[in-house]
Amino acid sequence: MAKILALTGDETAAEAMRQINPDVVAAYPITPQTEIVQTYSQFVADGEVDTEMVRVESEHSAMSACIGAAASGARAITATCANGLALMWEILYIAASYRLPIVMSVANRALSGPINIHCDHSDSMGARDSGWIQLYSENCQEIYDSLIQAVKIGENKDVLLPVMVCFDGFIISHSTERIDILEDEEIKNFIGDFKIEHSLLDIDNPVTYGPLDLFDYYFEHKRQQVEAMEKALPVIKEVGKDYGKLSGRDYGLVEKFNMDESDMVIIALGSTAGNIKATIQELKEKGINVGLLKIRAFRPFPQEEVRQALQDKTCVAVMDRAASFGAVGGPVFLEVRSSLYELNKRPQIISYIYGLGGRDVTVEHIKKVVDELSGIKKSGKVENLVNYLGVRE
Amino acid sequence: MKEKSWKEIPIGGLILEAGNAEKYLTGSWRTFRPVLNKEKCTNCLLCWIYCPDSSVIVEEEKTKGFLYSHCKGCGICANVCPFDAIEMIEEAKYRQKQGEQKEGGT
Ligand code: SF4
Ligand code: SF4
Repeated sequence: MAKILALTGDETAAEAMRQINPDVVAAYPITPQTEIVQTYSQFVADGEVDTEMVRVESEHSAMSACIGAAASGARAITATCANGLALMWEILYIAASYRLPIVMSVANRALSGPINIHCDHSDSMGARDSGWIQLYSENCQEIYDSLIQAVKIGENKDVLLPVMVCFDGFIISHSTERIDILEDEEIKNFIGDFKIEHSLLDIDNPVTYGPLDLFDYYFEHKRQQVEAMEKALPVIKEVGKDYGKLSGRDYGLVEKFNMDESDMVIIALGSTAGNIKATIQELKEKGINVGLLKIRAFRPFPQEEVRQALQDKTCVAVMDRAASFGAVGGPVFLEVRSSLYELNKRPQIISYIYGLGGRDVTVEHIKKVVDELSGIKKSGKVENLVNYLGVRE
Repeated sequence: MKEKSWKEIPIGGLILEAGNAEKYLTGSWRTFRPVLNKEKCTNCLLCWIYCPDSSVIVEEEKTKGFLYSHCKGCGICANVCPFDAIEMIEEAKYRQKQGEQKEGGT
């Protein structure tokens, strides 16, 4: 029998990790991720897991230790955010290029400076080209479900890539929600054992990790990473479906909400998708119909799904909780807009940067977006391509 | 060696064949060439111990010279030699000298 618990996002991540029972956890605490490491340390101290907990001196070392562990055939998990993720930067790329399926929770937090501990996506969005798969979670349940799936997605033979499970710092990491927890045994069976093909510890079949790779083969190795990301698209869907059979909760690359009823669409990821759903329901009662396209997998980007979902829509607003300085709109906007290029008849599109440094996004803000969408629908024109929602002008 | 496509090589930049660095010729990276002075050399083999590229040729416990197909010219051997028996000569100058000698009919 599955159980129902009331847990914060961080505690949920730790609970999923407990059931995954990884061989190695190497982590360094950073607000608002700290409770993951803290709760998990308690599990280790209480003998509830078999994990070797490596208390490292920095995030750079945390990821390095995970790489060493994973290359030797251990299942390795860590967690971080913001400046901790930034300190890992160099090693993020190495984890991905060695093709090690490390799993990491990221409790999204704004990058310094000025220093800020609250939510935005500048940390993980900056790492979008590091070669990691990125899944964004709307709520605590999704953190749990996605962490379990992340193990299976990353370790899939066609993929073999590290996976970030991102969720909004404080907004989700510190909110207590009702979570359905599956049986330990069910999770154990679902994820199976991790068997690495070439272990550093296999002295009978020696292998070199991380040799010099110059102009003659580096490009080929990058091409392989591109291919692995492509392959991850169907694998994420497959694992999401299998997990649905186990838990009753299906997952895909994107989630559609009220999409069939409307030709106006808002695109978002993370907890804001929840605010948008609430707004949509409220507006529906007043006879206004808007759809939500929630992006769950940002890397690899589900171009095909996005294009199909938007091809017969009139106008689309894309919400980004990160600025991409010098670019035309936020990172999600850029991907969505580019996905639509091949369509003969494209919807109008508008970019909203919002919620930086934890700036609250309310139902009123979403209603403002809907109002502007209605205006665009009427006029057929986007006055301002990139907008800053909730900033004091 | 024919270079392989991305579909034919192990993923992750892994090398699965132990010791295959020998097949990768690095001699062309060299700017300075170690040249052995047999008269000064006492065959202490310190250079052989220190060479990071296993490029000092030793036969019957005697230093014979260097494996120029792999020697990168780092100069460690010359640096550790207690008898000053290795000279690092700039590759271009060395070749020039070789050319001159050839022209001179030697
Ligand atoms: S120069 Fe360096 S690589 Fe060449 S033989 Fe001497 S130590 Fe070895
Ligand atoms: S270190 Fe000098 S003396 Fe000793 S073997 Fe090498 S070249 Fe000869």
